[in-house]
Amino acid sequence: MFGSLLIILLTLSVLGFYLGRQKAFVVAGGKRSQLHSRPLYHGLYVAALVGIPTLLLSLIWVFLQRPVIDALLLQSLDPKAITGLSIAELSLLKSEIKSVAQGAIFGDPKPIVIEAADRLNHWREIANWAMVATCIAIGLIVLIATRSKIARLFRARERVEHLLDLLMIAASVLAILTTFGIVVSLTIESLRFFDRIPFFEFIFGLNWEPQIPIREGQVTGGGAFGAIPVYVGTFLIALIAMLVAIPIGLMAAIYLSEYASRKMRAIVKPLLEILAGIPTVVYGFFAVLIVAPAMRNFGAMLGVEIAPNSALAAGAVMGIMLIPFISSFSDDAISAVPRSLREGAYGLGATKSETIIDVLLPAALPGIASGILLAVSRAIGETMIVVMAAGIIATLTFNPLAPVTTVTVQIVTLLIGDSEFDNPKTLAAFALGLTLFLLTLALNVFALRIVRKYREQYD
Amino acid sequence: MTDILDHQIAERDKLANPRHDWASDNARRRIKRRYGRDRLLRIFGLGAVITALMLLAILIASLTYTGYVAFYTTKVKVEIFLDPQKIDRENPGKTKYRKMTKQAFNAYFPEVKNRKDKRNLSKILSSGAQYIVRDYVVSHPELIGQTVSLNLPLSDPFDQLQKGVIPRRIDAPGKNSGKNDGNGEKMLNPRFKSEKVLVWFDTLVARDMLSSPFSWELFVNADSRFPELAGLAGAFTGSLLALLVCFLISFPVGIAAAIYLEEFAPKNRFTDFVEVNINNLAAVPSVVFGLLALAVFINFFGLPRSVPLVGGMALALMTLPTIIVSTRAALKAVPPSIREAALGVGASRHEVVLHHVLPLAMPGILTGTIIGLAQALGETAPLLLIGMNAFIPSIENLGLMEPATALPTQIFAWGDSPERGFVSRTSAAILVLIGFLVMMNLVAIYLRQKFERKW
Repeated sequence: MFGSLLIILLTLSVLGFYLGRQKAFVVAGGKRSQLHSRPLYHGLYVAALVGIPTLLLSLIWVFLQRPVIDALLLQSLDPKAITGLSIAELSLLKSEIKSVAQGAIFGDPKPIVIEAADRLNHWREIANWAMVATCIAIGLIVLIATRSKIARLFRARERVEHLLDLLMIAASVLAILTTFGIVVSLTIESLRFFDRIPFFEFIFGLNWEPQIPIREGQVTGGGAFGAIPVYVGTFLIALIAMLVAIPIGLMAAIYLSEYASRKMRAIVKPLLEILAGIPTVVYGFFAVLIVAPAMRNFGAMLGVEIAPNSALAAGAVMGIMLIPFISSFSDDAISAVPRSLREGAYGLGATKSETIIDVLLPAALPGIASGILLAVSRAIGETMIVVMAAGIIATLTFNPLAPVTTVTVQIVTLLIGDSEFDNPKTLAAFALGLTLFLLTLALNVFALRIVRKYREQYD
Repeated sequence: MTDILDHQIAERDKLANPRHDWASDNARRRIKRRYGRDRLLRIFGLGAVITALMLLAILIASLTYTGYVAFYTTKVKVEIFLDPQKIDRENPGKTKYRKMTKQAFNAYFPEVKNRKDKRNLSKILSSGAQYIVRDYVVSHPELIGQTVSLNLPLSDPFDQLQKGVIPRRIDAPGKNSGKNDGNGEKMLNPRFKSEKVLVWFDTLVARDMLSSPFSWELFVNADSRFPELAGLAGAFTGSLLALLVCFLISFPVGIAAAIYLEEFAPKNRFTDFVEVNINNLAAVPSVVFGLLALAVFINFFGLPRSVPLVGGMALALMTLPTIIVSTRAALKAVPPSIREAALGVGASRHEVVLHHVLPLAMPGILTGTIIGLAQALGETAPLLLIGMNAFIPSIENLGLMEPATALPTQIFAWGDSPERGFVSRTSAAILVLIGFLVMMNLVAIYLRQKFERKW
């Protein structure tokens, strides 16, 4: 229904374009130079005014139709039949009515359900037809009204450009809306979570066992939501990753920017960028398939027990992923140091390594530090590698050979599969998500500020 | 006289600062040490570059090594009599082919009588073989009543055995603990039910009934519980639909936002705020976008789970910063002389941008868009959170509003499966995904080199 309405509206809009343009030709009467705007703009003006509002209206209609009809349905139910029902039972009843309305009937539903389902179908049909009729009617009225406005001195081009401005501003605002959406949705769900679990228990608790019984009689753990072990695991893995990525990435950047020939640079840099372009799920599989077993065997050789989902394996692979990240940031920072500093050092008789260590690196430090901070933020927010290669159970340990879990692993495991948003288990994922968002945001802002504040202005 | 003076000066200098004698042994040693340090740094740097490249090589090589076996399937040639009494001519798709397929295969081993043995014997054949027979009959109904010869896939353990991935015998557990009871250190691989099945399998090999054709199944089949039949077609379609939605949203919106910010926006707090937001969005972890999609699109707007429409919208929000940043860079690269010339002949500011600047910036914009879409193609976490990892055993019922899976989530799902065959399938799927990414990046590089202008 909605699809065909979109096609109708599009046709109407195209029709508006041709009618508007044709009217402009008629008004000009063969002397097109007498028009204020070219006929194209008159057509576009009509088309835009017909298309955009009706499209918006139909979108809003579609999104609002469901909640409105749901509310009406609830009101229309016999009050005697629904008194004493809990919210969960009510929503169960609602979904039963909906599935019956779609023709999926299991067992034999109560007459009240069948009756309500009929009513629901009836209303939906009315709403759909009303939407189509309203949109088409508005489109036609607008078409006729705007077309009649077209005259020789009608400033169609300026109007179209004004509309374009509005559309472009709307597109820019989408970035704000996304951030707003992230903050608001995470905050609302987190507040619902903190209604059930005290805030300080979440922040300072040392025990994380989110598997609480959802149904009665289910055998699970007690349910504890202390996030400390999860964060310790996250930082442990991020630390291992940085221990792998920083030396290799920084050294590679120094070599490529100062020692390597131009030809070698041209070959090696794109190869390193391949490392950055590989999807993280591939790294995750690599960790499970190759790195973890290799470490396990190596550990067995030395007589050390290494867990198959150890923090070491996940962190090392994450470090490999971050090598190109660090190396390209450091490379940029080192290359940005002006030639004069380099040549001044050489002129004083410094060797290359002395120039690099005593002159270039201190000058490039803000850039390198901000790159490292951004890499840390990546490591903390990285999901697939740890979901595949790290553990699920939160243990409070700093041992890199033991399995640990991370924030992102918990978010994914808590939310995977069907789940309703009404128990602390799923809401906990949003609370973790909020802290993750704030943490990475702080790291990013801090990284940008370091660059701004400490960057030397040489020119 | 001057000689004495010179000598005195030299002596005095030596006393004052002995370092100034560049030719002394000490100085030579110092210089040697300094250049030694330089060499050390150089070697460390080269070592780091080589380490990084070796890690890349190991990654690609290990995936290729485990994945290449999935590009062919072990099949056995079986002659099947399509019994007209058992097949419903009117409706051949409704017939049960399981028994017919089993009996046709077991007929090659008339000596097997025992029921349990028969069951084990027929397990050499893939459990999905009956559907291949069904599809064959449906497409060739005129052959009912005749004997046809079909290549049917083997079940996973035998497929892997033939490919040499798993051994027949493994080290018995407990051997390492030193308890060697002398009964031989090896035991039968528990993936095989008995010694007899291996004998039967060897008979198949000896009779030359096995073949290893290219595995079209990997590309044309949808997902399956049986690794020998599982394919990527469903994941392709899901990824394609999600990317389409992502492109349709992020491309126009991204360009519009970039044009506004670069060409029209006044410098004020609002535009500053927009820019800060865009920069921050680029660094938000992808899993947070998944949470956003879950809370807003699915929970608030009531869109269904697991569908490419929602997946595409989440990916679009992630791709948007990439497209905006690259579009702005491309617009910035167009020299002001173009704008001034167009303004000079009387074009409005919008006409300048739409008619002159945008077409010139298009190659750069497209390059950025393709790179953004390549990132979106490999993105897994947000799709996982909105449930786009559904099990899709058929490709008939796919659409924007139907449950679907995508390439990276398919890789994740296969990577988690216990069957040995899924290991090579996962690697093969990764190779296919990387192939797509490389292709997209090559197109982007080609566009950049072919159309990019230096002003």
